[in-house]
Amino acid sequence: MSDQEVRPGREALTGVATGRKRRRKRGEQPMVPDAEFTSYYGKPIINGPVWHSPDIPGYLFLGGLAGASSLLGAGAQATGRGTLALAAKTGAFGAISLSLVALVHDLGRPERFLNMLRVFKVTSPMSVGSWLLSAYGPLAGAAAASAVTGKLPRVGAAATVGAAAFGPAVAAYTAALVSDTAVPAWHDGYREMPYLFVGSGASAAGGLGLLAAPERECAPARNLALFGSALEIGALKRMEHRLGMVAEPYHSGKGGKYLRAAEILSAAGVAGAALGRGWVRRLSGAALIAASAATRWGIFHAGLDSAEDPKYTVVPQRQRVTTAAEGNSSG
Amino acid sequence: MGFFTDTSVCIGCKACEVACKEWNAVPEDGIALTGMSYDNTVGLGADTWRHVAFIEQRKPISRQDSGLHHDTDVLAMAADEPSTDFRWLMSSDVCKHCTEAACLDVCPTGSLFRTEFGTVVVQEDICNGCGYCIPACPYGVIDQRDGDGRAWKCTLCYDRLGQGQEPACAKACPTDSIQFGPLDELRERAQNRVEQLQDAGVADARLYGESPDDGVGGDGAFFLLLDEPEVYGLPPDPKVTTRDLPAMWRHVGTAAVTLVGGALAAFAATALGGRK
Repeated sequence: MSDQEVRPGREALTGVATGRKRRRKRGEQPMVPDAEFTSYYGKPIINGPVWHSPDIPGYLFLGGLAGASSLLGAGAQATGRGTLALAAKTGAFGAISLSLVALVHDLGRPERFLNMLRVFKVTSPMSVGSWLLSAYGPLAGAAAASAVTGKLPRVGAAATVGAAAFGPAVAAYTAALVSDTAVPAWHDGYREMPYLFVGSGASAAGGLGLLAAPERECAPARNLALFGSALEIGALKRMEHRLGMVAEPYHSGKGGKYLRAAEILSAAGVAGAALGRGWVRRLSGAALIAASAATRWGIFHAGLDSAEDPKYTVVPQRQRVTTAAEGNSSG
Repeated sequence: MGFFTDTSVCIGCKACEVACKEWNAVPEDGIALTGMSYDNTVGLGADTWRHVAFIEQRKPISRQDSGLHHDTDVLAMAADEPSTDFRWLMSSDVCKHCTEAACLDVCPTGSLFRTEFGTVVVQEDICNGCGYCIPACPYGVIDQRDGDGRAWKCTLCYDRLGQGQEPACAKACPTDSIQFGPLDELRERAQNRVEQLQDAGVADARLYGESPDDGVGGDGAFFLLLDEPEVYGLPPDPKVTTRDLPAMWRHVGTAAVTLVGGALAAFAATALGGRK
């Protein structure tokens, strides 16, 4: 008697390959062979993230936008591009402030953020991130305030340099934040995720520059946007390829929809940025910002989906056990 | 100190679930029937710190007997009659109190700590509800309580241990399926039990989470299972999520440098290319 046998009319089955809805697309190269998959009534193995949209994907997006904008702002200031510098600095401060609002909203109460500053732990990307934000936020604020009011230019310049020094870390650390979990689509992608995140941040910051700065000042923003989009798309493709079956949530479900939208917006934004002037350039800047946001939403929802389906937890682990056992018996 | 849960003698009475709730004053988490099996708590969560899994399997078992006919020689019956093709597996799941605990590692507030008994406990007055420990747990144990926002899980009855008592679930277990004690003692007992079962023809009997060399440095709560771990809703080869963290930080560092390089190049290109 095979334990594969399914009694008709009975929905709850254990110890059988459950015919889940998500099927592998035809022609796609699976990384692991179709392992016989068993689960406990199809229930998830891990408890999925309790983080909510738009708070957390917004937090990821705004952190990237802010961090990369601080770099753009510092560069613009150094090269005498006043309007671009102003836009990038105020954009950075606005984005980081909103991201803090999103984080506090997800925590429930503002004083809960302070609990994060009780300790400093390198084993916790969230702890590292809280300290980073505490250092970066005021610097970005001072840089923006000085740029807007024109007062204390020396302090403003120092804050601009300081914000640019912390900015890349702010843009990149959120990749470790999501990867340092048992969520398969996030954890397994830890090699590419930081490049994806800084690329996404750079294309958003470049997009902001294209949107806000006049034509004569926007060349570096255009270059940064093109660089960021290429890095973002390259890292995502590489990650999907390497993850094989675990990457399925990146092209199916809600995550897949957002990432497809991101791809289209990104392509349109890149084309517009490279060729367009005037309103086309401004529109393409907005498209690039939207593409960056859509990428984060896509990554977020794909992670949630991969946590929900026990297949993504069990199959790779089972594969690992089998490979290890074969290695032992042959070696 | 830790748990050894011998699922081969679990009778699915749920006394452990009830004792845990009563002792720890864990709120009710919805009194609903799932219709899925006798399991109505479904899995571990903020308000379910012990969970009894019920698995109905079409798999041969070396005979289950009601034990009602005391006049017969059950051993002779087992030898004579063909085995049935249906079996129940029951297993009481709990927080594994990992030696390398991802929840503890990623907690940004220091709310989770390692006790003097080697167990992992959440301090509810410090937890800020960030929820990071929840997806970090490779076993899906810790969870967020509705309307509270903070994370809760088994404390291995930290308060009872301090008084020299055993945890409520182990105390309540009528079949000694849940055993509590020093880990090395439990591991030895478990090894004897699994050998005894395998000698009796239960080839599928195996220990889960007992090895200090596994992906989480060994579990403070380990199990004797009668099938693959995933059948019980357990991960086959869990790894502490922070094991890859050094590599993650390296990639984050390289990515940050890449971003700086990209920004520098973006400005350099305007100077070199003569573009405004």
